[in-house]
Amino acid sequence: MAVMVGKGAMTNSIEELAGTDLLLVAGSNTTEAHPVISLRMKRAVRNGAKLIVIDPRKTELTKWATRHLRIKIGTDIPLFNALAHVMIKEDLIDRDYVDNRTEGFDELAKHIELYTPDLAAEICGIPAEEIIATAREYAAANGKAAICYTLGITEHSCGSHNVQSVANLGMLGGNFGKPNAGVNPLRGQNNVQGASDSGALPTDLPGYQKIERPGVREKFEKAWNAELPKRRGITKITAMDQMLRGRVKGVYIMGENTVVSDPNTNHAQAALEATEFIVVQDIFMTDTAKLADVVLPAATFAESDGTFANSERRVQRVRPAIKPVGESRTDVNILLDLMARFNIDQNLQSASDAWDEMRQLSPLFGGISYERLDNEGGIQWPCPTEDHPGTQYLHKDEMDSGLPGYFAPVDHIPPAEQTDSEYPLVLTTGRRRSTYHTGTQTGRASGFELLVPSELAEINSYDAEQLELKDGQTVTVSSRRGSVEVPIKITDRSPHGTIFMSFAFPELTQTNRLTSDAYDFITETPEFKACAVRIDKIESSTTAT
Amino acid sequence: MVTEVKNKLNVEVNGIEIGCGTESRVLDAIRAAGFDVPTLCYDERIGPQGTCRMCLVDVEVDGQKQQVAACTAFSSEAMKVETHSDSITEYRKTILELLLSETASPANCPKCLSFKKCELHTAAEEYGAKWDAFPSLVVREKAVDDNPFIQRDYDYCISCFRCTNVCNDWEQAAAITVEGRGQENSIASYFNNKLLDSPCTFCGQCINTCPTGALTDKKITGKTKADNIERTKTVCPYCGVGCGIHLLTEDGKLKGTEPDFSAPSRGSLCVKGQFASWEFVKSEERLKYPLIKENGAFRRASWDEALDLITERFTSFRDEDGPDSLVCWSSARSVTEANYLMQKFARIGIGTNNIDNCSRT
Ligand code: SF4
Ligand code: SF4
Ligand code: FES
Repeated sequence: MAVMVGKGAMTNSIEELAGTDLLLVAGSNTTEAHPVISLRMKRAVRNGAKLIVIDPRKTELTKWATRHLRIKIGTDIPLFNALAHVMIKEDLIDRDYVDNRTEGFDELAKHIELYTPDLAAEICGIPAEEIIATAREYAAANGKAAICYTLGITEHSCGSHNVQSVANLGMLGGNFGKPNAGVNPLRGQNNVQGASDSGALPTDLPGYQKIERPGVREKFEKAWNAELPKRRGITKITAMDQMLRGRVKGVYIMGENTVVSDPNTNHAQAALEATEFIVVQDIFMTDTAKLADVVLPAATFAESDGTFANSERRVQRVRPAIKPVGESRTDVNILLDLMARFNIDQNLQSASDAWDEMRQLSPLFGGISYERLDNEGGIQWPCPTEDHPGTQYLHKDEMDSGLPGYFAPVDHIPPAEQTDSEYPLVLTTGRRRSTYHTGTQTGRASGFELLVPSELAEINSYDAEQLELKDGQTVTVSSRRGSVEVPIKITDRSPHGTIFMSFAFPELTQTNRLTSDAYDFITETPEFKACAVRIDKIESSTTAT
Repeated sequence: MVTEVKNKLNVEVNGIEIGCGTESRVLDAIRAAGFDVPTLCYDERIGPQGTCRMCLVDVEVDGQKQQVAACTAFSSEAMKVETHSDSITEYRKTILELLLSETASPANCPKCLSFKKCELHTAAEEYGAKWDAFPSLVVREKAVDDNPFIQRDYDYCISCFRCTNVCNDWEQAAAITVEGRGQENSIASYFNNKLLDSPCTFCGQCINTCPTGALTDKKITGKTKADNIERTKTVCPYCGVGCGIHLLTEDGKLKGTEPDFSAPSRGSLCVKGQFASWEFVKSEERLKYPLIKENGAFRRASWDEALDLITERFTSFRDEDGPDSLVCWSSARSVTEANYLMQKFARIGIGTNNIDNCSRT
């Protein structure tokens, strides 16, 4: 997304989804991962909008769908290319938009000539007529069709290509720069957006200002009164490889249960074990914290002052309701203390000071002051000046970057890990509504154990029959990297050949021990969604749990 | 929805002139003018039902006087509204007394006691309505439901149906319905009346719209004193939707949450925001002081000790192995300001661009 049309944020606003004519929801189990967004989607359906869901599994949302494309895992690109193919072939594209606002159309048209509905049907396992019908419906909702996608689509090893093929479709349909439309990645954790906005990225300074772009580094050097490193940094995934090679001596980890939430737990654990000095700043003794040399007790959101930015680029105030428990301190206070020890020359005392410094250096948030947030509520960036109202949807008069939207032809890359006779099943992972990421938070709220009693592997009845498995039976699920024991649940939510597990109960089963460490070669998004596994019965254990 | 408000109509409310949009209801004009009437069956997110009749007001249009339900009637040009005439005030008091006669004693109302004064009892107090003005008709029984989140106490239900409407039309879960007729009716869930076995998502929207103590949050009910509760406006810590919440505290201790209806999420929450956004904060397992590992085991340390050790080790790696031998990972759960400081620390404290967050996962 960042490559082509923006900054990895939703182009439009959550509330606008209720007013679309058509919603194309790809790889997003929204009712579970973003329940409140799914309410807006359901409202759209009740208002007469079409809802097309692209998901291998039956989900709560597919019950609301006017069309469910049960795609084979990892084949999003051929599908999106074929949709574009049909739109171009049948001349259903928004000519005006394509001519005036984009570049690269001819190359795209040529490139996707190959992706006929028949070819896509074969790769994706969706009937060609359904693909044609989807393209027509999407085109018919010209200017009022919104595409939403989440991890399902970015967590594959061809994740960023997927995103490009989605954006291609958005541009062909003229669905940028208009309300109730756009291309909308739904972010996972509460402040993924804010973390990226702040410049906690190896290539970008605050506000997505590229380190390597002329003038940028100089501007920050002047403001911070210090020299800045020139070479771009390494991502978390690369860093883990470097750790295994002994090239990383120390790591400072703030509030992430790296070991449990990384796609290949064994790999993450080994990487950290190979690192000489580890600092973990967190609220609980997580599996990652256990590996640390120094553990710093951090405060939670309920004890902290600052801002979160949500999926729709809205900066909102976070306010402390209580004092930090015990001797714990807010992340901001800990870092200010540490920075003083490194003789960093700055006059910052609080979250508010840090925010003011950040917004002065990044035009994207320039006009968002705490005072305004207190008076007006959340404000959506871009918001360059204090008299700017904020931006409900992006790319209104031109692409936010000032450049035309660029069509990027992309090809199908099969999932990195293929099934074979030894590992014949595909494991896909995801979230459940009542559990959150690695369960360190919901795991500690009473009553939640009743909602999803323990980790289960969901398996299709056909596969269960083939393997002679009973509902509730505990089995071993193994991949090429590890294995876990888990009870199964027989359900037709999962298609043949695919089993589903979530990664929320680290104490019980470590789903991520199984997932593949192949990763997206552009943004290095871990490939959570697909890996090859096998299921084995555990002898003498057929008890239901 | 983000709608443009065109100030097109001029309405007079209790003698105060107010401009309002052509589509606005009389209730909107009343509130815009700074007045209010009780609205026991109304939730702005699902629109008016016009059944409780508490919002009845006197209006005059073109010299014609009439009484309308403010929640359903539209405003019109030069309309004059009177919200508290003697006869209407008396009328509201009577309806309230009838409603009170169908409910259990205000002195035991689970919402008023633990959370905040409920709408019914707020209105009763305002209009001086007495609980025992009419013979009591309380016949309903408490629902037997062992779910850990929602308490249903039919003795306080006034059959406004806000909960069933919110559940069907806003949360779209269709978990609850009205069962039985008249005085015998109750809010029930399908099948065996247990919410855990129904399509209920435990979003808590029904609790939050309920104008009485009929539906309450089990985690708070009976455990707090409403008068002592303070509210802090903040944001749910779970997902990227960023719903607005209030954290509820009593004597500096966290007690629960409620939705922030003024936030863009308009009061929506899911089960995590409603029921899980605060207990982890109070968990006994929270880390309470810095720890340093020595010979494979952690020991308690002071902040100075811990931060000094980090400074010493990091500076020596930086100076001997070069700044790129160190990496920092910041957190997509922490505030943006902490992320900002983390990247600044990596870049000028250590001197490396090896800073990343987990937005890739
Ligand atoms: S908690 Fe939500 S889903 Fe459950 S009954 Fe109440 S409104 Fe319906
Ligand atoms: S209440 Fe639910 S949907 Fe809203 S931010 Fe919290 S977790 Fe997300
Ligand atoms: S609020 Fe208007 S009739 Fe109930």
